[in-house]
Amino acid sequence: MDQFLQHLVNGLVTGSTYALLGIGLTLIFGIMKVVNMAHGELYTLGAYAAYGFVALLGVNYFAAIFLSALFGLAVGAVIEYLLLRRRNLAAMDEVMLIMIGVMIVLQNAELLVWGGVAKAVPSPFSQEPIVMGGVSVSPTRVFVLGTAVVLLVSFYMLIEKSRLGLAMRATFQDKDAAKIVGVNVSRIYTLTFALGSCLAAVAGALLAPVFVVSPTMGDLASLKAFAIVILGGLGNLLGATLGGFALALIEEFGAGYISTAYRDAIGFLVILVVMVARPQGLFTKKERVG
Amino acid sequence: MISIQSLRFTLVGTAMAAFAVPVLAQETIKIGVSEPLTGSVAASGTYVTNGARLAAEVINRKGGVLGKKIELVIEDNKSNPREAVNSAEKLILKDKVPVLMGAWSSTFTLAVMPKLMEYGVPMVVETASSGKITTAGNPWIFRISPTSAMEASAFSKKLAGMSPAIKKVDFLSVNNDWGLGAAAAFKKTFEDNGITVGRTETMAPDATDLSAQLAALKGTGADTLIVTSGIEQLTLAIRQAGEQRLPQRIITTGGSFPEPLLTSPGPKGYASQHLLFFAPWEPQRAVYPEVAKEFSDAWTERKYDLPGQTEGFRGYDAILTIVEAIRIAGKAEPAAIRDALWKVKVKGVNGDIAFVKEGPAGKESGQNEPSVYIVELKDGKVAVK
Repeated sequence: MDQFLQHLVNGLVTGSTYALLGIGLTLIFGIMKVVNMAHGELYTLGAYAAYGFVALLGVNYFAAIFLSALFGLAVGAVIEYLLLRRRNLAAMDEVMLIMIGVMIVLQNAELLVWGGVAKAVPSPFSQEPIVMGGVSVSPTRVFVLGTAVVLLVSFYMLIEKSRLGLAMRATFQDKDAAKIVGVNVSRIYTLTFALGSCLAAVAGALLAPVFVVSPTMGDLASLKAFAIVILGGLGNLLGATLGGFALALIEEFGAGYISTAYRDAIGFLVILVVMVARPQGLFTKKERVG
Repeated sequence: MISIQSLRFTLVGTAMAAFAVPVLAQETIKIGVSEPLTGSVAASGTYVTNGARLAAEVINRKGGVLGKKIELVIEDNKSNPREAVNSAEKLILKDKVPVLMGAWSSTFTLAVMPKLMEYGVPMVVETASSGKITTAGNPWIFRISPTSAMEASAFSKKLAGMSPAIKKVDFLSVNNDWGLGAAAAFKKTFEDNGITVGRTETMAPDATDLSAQLAALKGTGADTLIVTSGIEQLTLAIRQAGEQRLPQRIITTGGSFPEPLLTSPGPKGYASQHLLFFAPWEPQRAVYPEVAKEFSDAWTERKYDLPGQTEGFRGYDAILTIVEAIRIAGKAEPAAIRDALWKVKVKGVNGDIAFVKEGPAGKESGQNEPSVYIVELKDGKVAVK
């Protein structure tokens, strides 16, 4: 039973960061239809930003998360403004190539600036774990879970309840109709891409003191983010959130009770099954395309 | 569909070619180095390469070998076996090096080995512990690092001194030739000594979240956990084991030291033990303290991190060995260097370096028998046992 609870706690913590990665990408990929191959690089960028602020500039870790978020927001906005604004987003392969280019440039820039050796970000929390019965978890991980859940809820409220969220949803449902009713469509695009990038950067900054920071850490993150978006259904915020938790729990329990050697494989195997049985994703209704 | 990987390599390759600076034409003897300078085991590869650079400096300061300076041609194998093969081929064909040092880890070394046979170039292996390397019948391989079996046998001599005694042991190994080979060798040693072998869990080489593995190991009732991986994963495993309050005592194999735990230690009172091949905290305990001191001083002079010496010495010793072979050979040619490697007797940082024959008759590989140290790390402090 203790082992089950320990896996559950671990899975929830990992799931919360998967969910952050997932909703960031579902906005960009699902709603804007931009196959954002560089999503994992924004995650890496957030982690390095946190490292730079905390370990090099001596900034408080909590302030560093906020600064990393702003940094992710700014980089996302710049990428959209410079590289995507004048492109026809319907030309999927062209946009995908641009994003692959962005990924290569960002990853190699990280390598050039920080070197290939992984960096450790000191945690502001005590290293003593919180122990409840047979389950123990580090305070840093509890903080990651808490922050991620707060962010997920506020983001959901922003998209579903605010005027800005309404404008975003309207733009992606019908760009021309949104224009007619006075929505500044290009600004909405920039903002959406920036917000998605910001969430990836926050996930990176949150996890920096839990793991280590290295230039290639974004590769697996990208892959997982795409998997989550597909699992949850394209453009479905709630789906991406639940998909994130589902993938993390599947991986955690699969590793614990079946085989740790196939941890990632088990997760992707489940996605394969979902794709065959429910290609529209677990949490999305079928819709007509075209 | 364009492969991202191939596109990335093409672009990076083009960029590198644009920045390449022509080397000044001067008479040097080239030594090829293939190490992981980026990727999942970059920390170790960087330390080994720094050690190799120091050896080259020290040797060149003393006049080089055969009246020429030595020149290291260093390639990054990106912690990836395919890249390791590319790097070796590039060093042999383009740079025309007569001898190689590499390639950190059994997986990268095993990947490179067929190329050594194909082109007939010897390689001194500074880090790799899989038994297969010297038993595969590759006469171009000379390994100075211990096999996992040697490490396990050296450790078995220290079993009596372990307090509390080891009764049941679990394993957490990186899922590659090195990790699985080490687990197999240590299991055999433990079984021979009447110790129960419990559960074995593996981790992907680039995995950072080991919580699932550790949660699975938590309730096994074992008193000791043997962990095999590089610096990054050892650090994560020990820290995360502390977070999950694993009751087992952790012992790491393979000679890497989780040095980030010196500056940001895990939970208080949580101790781990590490099998190392050089203990820079007490260089006077080395077999040749004067050699160890020369290396240590050069390392400190460069302001490299002290714990990096635990792996840096491998590169240093490997270059000393290669240069001694070139001196004995009297010429910088692959076959002559290979023949000379059988005759070297080097006083290295780790101790005596000389090769004994291993593998099928007629095509034996060279294997050295190095010294092993146990170091304990607790609350950011180190004690050499």
